[in-house]
Amino acid sequence: MATKSDTTKKAPGKRGRPPKSVLNDKPDIDQLRELYHQMVLIRRFEEKAGQLYGMGQIGGFCHLYIGQEAVVVGMQSVAETQDSVVTSYRDHGHMLACGMDAGGVMAELTGRKDGYSRGKGGSMHMFSREKNFYGGHGIVAAQVPIGAGLAFAHKFKGDDGVNMAYLGDGAANQGQVYETFNMAALWSLPVIFVIENNQYGMGTSVSRAAAGLDLADRGKAYGIPGKQVDGMDVLAVRAAGEEALAHCRSGKGPYILEMKTYRYRGHSMSDPAKYRTRDEVDAMRKQHDPIEQLRDIMLREGMDEAALKEIDSSVKAVVGQAADFALESPEPDLSELYTDILIEDQPAG
Amino acid sequence: MSIEITMPALSPTMSEGRLSKWLISSGDTVSSGDVIAEIETDKATMEVEAADDGIVGELVIAEGTDNVAVGAVIAVLLEEEGEALPERSPAPDALAEAPAPDATAPAPAPAGLPAAPIARAVIGEPDWTGPTKTLTVREALRDAMAEEMRNDERVFVMGEEVAEYQGAYKVTQGLLEEFSDKRVIDTPITEHGFAGLGVGAAFGELRPVVEFMTFNFSMQAIDHIINSAAKTLYMSGGQMGCPIVFRGPNGAASRVAAQHSQCYASWYAHCPGLKVVSPWSAADAKGLLKAAIRDPNPVIFLENEVMYGQSFEVPDTDDWIVPIGKAKIVRPGTDVTISAFSIMVGKALEAAEKLAEQGISAEVIDLRTLRPLDTETLLTSVKKTGRLVSCEEGFPFAGIGAELSMKVMEGAFDYLDAPVMRVAGEDVPMPYAANLEALALPQVDTIVTAAQSACFRSKGV
Repeated sequence: MATKSDTTKKAPGKRGRPPKSVLNDKPDIDQLRELYHQMVLIRRFEEKAGQLYGMGQIGGFCHLYIGQEAVVVGMQSVAETQDSVVTSYRDHGHMLACGMDAGGVMAELTGRKDGYSRGKGGSMHMFSREKNFYGGHGIVAAQVPIGAGLAFAHKFKGDDGVNMAYLGDGAANQGQVYETFNMAALWSLPVIFVIENNQYGMGTSVSRAAAGLDLADRGKAYGIPGKQVDGMDVLAVRAAGEEALAHCRSGKGPYILEMKTYRYRGHSMSDPAKYRTRDEVDAMRKQHDPIEQLRDIMLREGMDEAALKEIDSSVKAVVGQAADFALESPEPDLSELYTDILIEDQPAG
Repeated sequence: MSIEITMPALSPTMSEGRLSKWLISSGDTVSSGDVIAEIETDKATMEVEAADDGIVGELVIAEGTDNVAVGAVIAVLLEEEGEALPERSPAPDALAEAPAPDATAPAPAPAGLPAAPIARAVIGEPDWTGPTKTLTVREALRDAMAEEMRNDERVFVMGEEVAEYQGAYKVTQGLLEEFSDKRVIDTPITEHGFAGLGVGAAFGELRPVVEFMTFNFSMQAIDHIINSAAKTLYMSGGQMGCPIVFRGPNGAASRVAAQHSQCYASWYAHCPGLKVVSPWSAADAKGLLKAAIRDPNPVIFLENEVMYGQSFEVPDTDDWIVPIGKAKIVRPGTDVTISAFSIMVGKALEAAEKLAEQGISAEVIDLRTLRPLDTETLLTSVKKTGRLVSCEEGFPFAGIGAELSMKVMEGAFDYLDAPVMRVAGEDVPMPYAANLEALALPQVDTIVTAAQSACFRSKGV
């Protein structure tokens, strides 16, 4: 599986190149292939997770990302290796897009010792320092000030990094988001608030939960620029991501991207989805599916069906292996109950 | 008719101050609102305004006088020129007792206020034979932060009024000048937000010291303290440490009522993934804060506003570290163990003194750290004395005393000669009225009575 750094090496807009002139440049066919590969990987991974949940192999809460793949894949395709990511509990797609291993993520979902958190975190709580992925947070919007804190650390250390703090439309109504907007703007922190507006906070539509302006404009009072983006179009996401990253990296402070997207599945596995019609979901799938849209573009660009099928089957194999790995990995040792509560081996002084 | 001008209190906990400068002299005419003097405490310098019109008859306290008690007459105004000064006997209470080298004497408390506790280090630092210097708890905390900031450039301090204002309680005095606004950061009033931001910075390999103006405001931020800081190491299978210190004054100050007078010791000590420290002496405040800043885990550091101005001997070195998780026997004894932390240690020592007069030898343990608790020191003492009186300022229900009692049940039941006694704040929100407040807070005599009861010298409390 391709890692995040593989992807970013091919991406335009890297440091050293004039960012303006390449903005909105069409990615080349290799880059398109990589975007497609990442989105299909997330889709198939999430479908498999749904199946394993149905078989009782995954417990608790499990929030699938199906439908929203273009958002994180587009954003991470233009990120640099020093950039950091933090997100909510709908996090499997983000981990894969950051280059974390599908087997390790799946083994955490099944609560096994080879999971990223050794089986102690589960779906909502996974991390990878190596990939600059800082969770996976189960409390709605808690990741937002944490993201600003990571951005504070980027700025403090002068490592040229930007934090991408992903949040949902539901989280956008939490008070701590605005506390964070204020501080991030006040201190010009390099953070992009990526609001994934999938139109429902659990069962409550945005129109029933959010007063006033578009979510993209929620930073206006703080002077934070915001942009609404078609979050089902990975190329639009990518272009917006480049622009926002350039803004943050040049020291101009935070940026808000409102990604208009849609989740096909319920809020979690136990969601009867009575708050929307079957037709609404079907229309989105048929007309706006991010994978199908990119597939059409690639075929128009001259890629043949067979090449796409090759990607599909290689992803299928990777996900199949991840599931096997996650089911074969043993449960954590009982002694794990008492480890990792405190870091004990570094005496003070 | 003459009017007496008295030494004003500049804060709820001020009991004395320095009259640094007179801006008037005898014979001057003053009007209500005129600035007449400057008064200084270890926290602040403030101007004093006249509250009445008149002619300055006498400046009773000379400028430059230290330790002027709140309420003492500092000047006399005459209503008319040529009026005779009233006869006054020299006020013996006008000057608070000067601090002894190893202690801060209690200032005469304003009427209604509970007497300031005696801060007396009965046992010095057994591990330290080098020179010491006298520092207030406030200075000791500041020195701890400054030294650690010099040692480690990842350490930074953030909170409300910590930089330009020099700290709401002046604990961060001078840090901005030495370390610049990159490392000493004034935040907006936004506890939930900056606590979360601090956690993110700690994940990003910095070493934040987050000040809450008081721990009462940490309730706004408790989700980040517990869910984000304390649990992430476990939830990440050991990948994600969160080296952060949350510090600030905890517990009752004085006359600030229910929302500003609460002890959070048992709240935070309840949660795995946190360390909880609550020192009494300046030496422990310094050594434990340095240890907390170096600790790779999230540490809750509970200070006490009333203690900030009290002086103690502190080892004179930049390398004074007190390990987290170790209690200290501050007064050895044989008949009854009295455990306490923070401001209650001073009260426990006073109680031990009174008990000694009655022939009861009390061993006083300063717990210093509440999580992880030094159960060994506690049990060793209880096995020797057979009795425990637990003291805390917080609410009794599910408090620290409840936990200590359980620890003794589990580890020293057969050694007990009496039931464990609990001295705690009353189970009520803190009242404002001075008499009710004094009733709500545990006092020295409450501890004495509890210890007598444990030793079967009086009927139950």
